[in-house]
Amino acid sequence: MIYLTRKCEFSASHYYHNPELSAEENCRLYGKCANLNGHGHNYTLEVTVRGEVDPTTGFVIDLKDLKELMNREVVETLDHRHLNKEIAEFAQRNPTTENLAVYIWQRLASKLNVAKLHRVRVYESHDLFVDFLGEA
Amino acid sequence: MKAYLTRRYWLAASHRLHSEKLSAEQNLATYGKCNNPHGHGHNYAVEVTVGGQIDPASGMICDLGELDCLVTREVLERFDHQNLNCLPEFQQAVPTSENLCQAIYRILEPRLLAAHLEKVRLEETSMNSFEYSGGDQSRRCLGPQPAP
Repeated sequence: MIYLTRKCEFSASHYYHNPELSAEENCRLYGKCANLNGHGHNYTLEVTVRGEVDPTTGFVIDLKDLKELMNREVVETLDHRHLNKEIAEFAQRNPTTENLAVYIWQRLASKLNVAKLHRVRVYESHDLFVDFLGEA
Repeated sequence: MKAYLTRRYWLAASHRLHSEKLSAEQNLATYGKCNNPHGHGHNYAVEVTVGGQIDPASGMICDLGELDCLVTREVLERFDHQNLNCLPEFQQAVPTSENLCQAIYRILEPRLLAAHLEKVRLEETSMNSFEYSGGDQSRRCLGPQPAP
């Protein structure tokens, strides 16, 4: 078993708001992120796949295929978007980095055949990242 | 849905690696430049990883503000801009990064109520890092070594 990780970047804006809470409670829970005018991040995504090395190609996965998948499913979908307003998944659910990692996992996992998706890591900033391993 | 969140913090501290159980020659042989009697310092990066269910209401594993407050109060205010050798934690133990990593884990683990502390990872320099996840084992990770 071998693990391969590929990175990509995208930039997006968002805000955090729970409609069941008052304005004050939202502010207390989410701090600066509750500003309804939104703010943005340069996100870095690390996708790790695992599998056996193919004896013919020496690959665990064709890197070009993985790059195209990440571009299509993540970058082209999320880059330069407002997550709350433009991504249906986040119309009702807050686009926290946790939920973003789950969302990206769900877009990628079923489309990977040769190698299995092992981990999705989303960096919101260089000091903060979330890992999702598909665990319930 | 279980996920893991990692937050990175910074602290600057000085230390001297010296064991009372070793002779002066043995200390020098064991710790090299780190045995310099005057000490030296590092900018340490502390990565705190917590794991837990994503709360359906907040979308978060734990409140980042609370985590920041806890780490700032219990770790950064205790160790930042200090001489580690002078602190109570290191009167009996040598302030190696292994021991500092374990000390930080043991400070945070019982105080972190909102999520489970999965791991503390301490970077002493860009070449060295140390991980502790509780239990008996700590792990030393050497970064890429310079070409010979």
